[in-house]
Amino acid sequence: MLEPITITLSINGLDTVIAVEPRTHLADVLRVQLGLTGTHIGCEHGVCGACTIFLDGATVRACLVLAVQADGCFVETVEGLTEAGDPALLALQEAFCERNALQCGFCTPGMLATAIELLREGRPLSRADIRERISGNYCRCTGYQAIVDAILHAAAKLAELEMA
Amino acid sequence: MKARDCRYERARSLQEALDLLHRHGADARLIAGGQSLVPALNLRMAAPDMLIDIGALDELRGIRLADAGGAKRLRIGAMVTHAEIARSRDVALYAPLLSLAVKHVAHAAIRNRGTFGGSIAHADPSAEFPACALALGARMHIASRAETRVVAAEDFFRGLHETAILPGEILIAVDMASIEEGFRPGFAELARRSGDYALVGLALQGKPLRGRTLFEAVAPVFFSVGDRPIFARAAAQILMDASVADDTRIRLAQAALTDDLNPPSDPQASSATRLHLARVLLGRVVAEVLEMGAGESRDA
Repeated sequence: MLEPITITLSINGLDTVIAVEPRTHLADVLRVQLGLTGTHIGCEHGVCGACTIFLDGATVRACLVLAVQADGCFVETVEGLTEAGDPALLALQEAFCERNALQCGFCTPGMLATAIELLREGRPLSRADIRERISGNYCRCTGYQAIVDAILHAAAKLAELEMA
Repeated sequence: MKARDCRYERARSLQEALDLLHRHGADARLIAGGQSLVPALNLRMAAPDMLIDIGALDELRGIRLADAGGAKRLRIGAMVTHAEIARSRDVALYAPLLSLAVKHVAHAAIRNRGTFGGSIAHADPSAEFPACALALGARMHIASRAETRVVAAEDFFRGLHETAILPGEILIAVDMASIEEGFRPGFAELARRSGDYALVGLALQGKPLRGRTLFEAVAPVFFSVGDRPIFARAAAQILMDASVADDTRIRLAQAALTDDLNPPSDPQASSATRLHLARVLLGRVVAEVLEMGAGESRDA
């Protein structure tokens, strides 16, 4: 094994210094080295989207970023999405519960990250827009109707808040 | 799967990246956004001894408009992300074909990280931007320790993941002439799931003549139909041939794709299916471009 490289990450607001092998992707560092198992690993080649997290404020596939590449970056995982005090997140969480938008639950962390980024864009959304965006998070279940419902519902709620 | 062990260096300047590449030779691979390379590493389809990260090179960033003797040219740094292309007003104004195409490049999370230069240098035959580069007559700026040279798109793509980039060289930017008066872009692709690799795709830019199916100039470039993006010359000839009747021109151009394309068969689609789909796309995209022209004449 080669000498690990020490990197610094801000993970959900917590500065973390950690030694990583160059070959290790960020999803494995989060799950295996840091115990943050909310980031799921499905395919490890960018297709399933279950490992979608925020890196410097934009969604990325954690399996397609080597941890060494993320040195100095801000990381937000699904664990960090609970206390953000963000209206988009709150609306989304409520809508996911209300509509039971979980299916088997494996895709949920990635779905949430993808949906939040879409909601934060703040534009009016159709079902087709939502389908287009979450197409990168299709996993092995089928349908996704309840998930589309929930995102649409959250978008409507946010629009209402904005009007008020 | 997990990637094989390798070493890693993050270059601080283009010069340092070129020096590292020179020192490590064929054992090294450049990594930019990593959206094609990391999957290949994870699947062990690629297993370099050394990764040289060019992700921190600010000199490879930015979209700039340059005046070259009165003609505007758009220069896109190799590290510009797909998401930046999608957001850029300059791209929408001066290279609108790229704005149409970028919506089809993978998924949002991949567009946030994948780079324009990476897509061009990786030369995946099913990728959108190499086809656009060929349709737009783009020029690739390639740096080595000795010099920076410029290669035209038509000389750049050499085969499956093969380009004119030589060992020790780095693609630093791509530039293209600003879209000219009367020219219009069109883009379409067919994929099983939105964001997946296209079964067949078409990037086209042309200058239609008002109220006709005739083009003064047109560059239709297909992708996912061979080992590199393919300029459909026979179809283009017919679309520019004034001696062909207007109402049969598009059909003849579609038929002529037999001469332009010889798509491979794979488990997703047979050669005949791909050729058929290419004809469908040519019909759709040409109709769309002509419709845009008609829209403008109504406005005028």
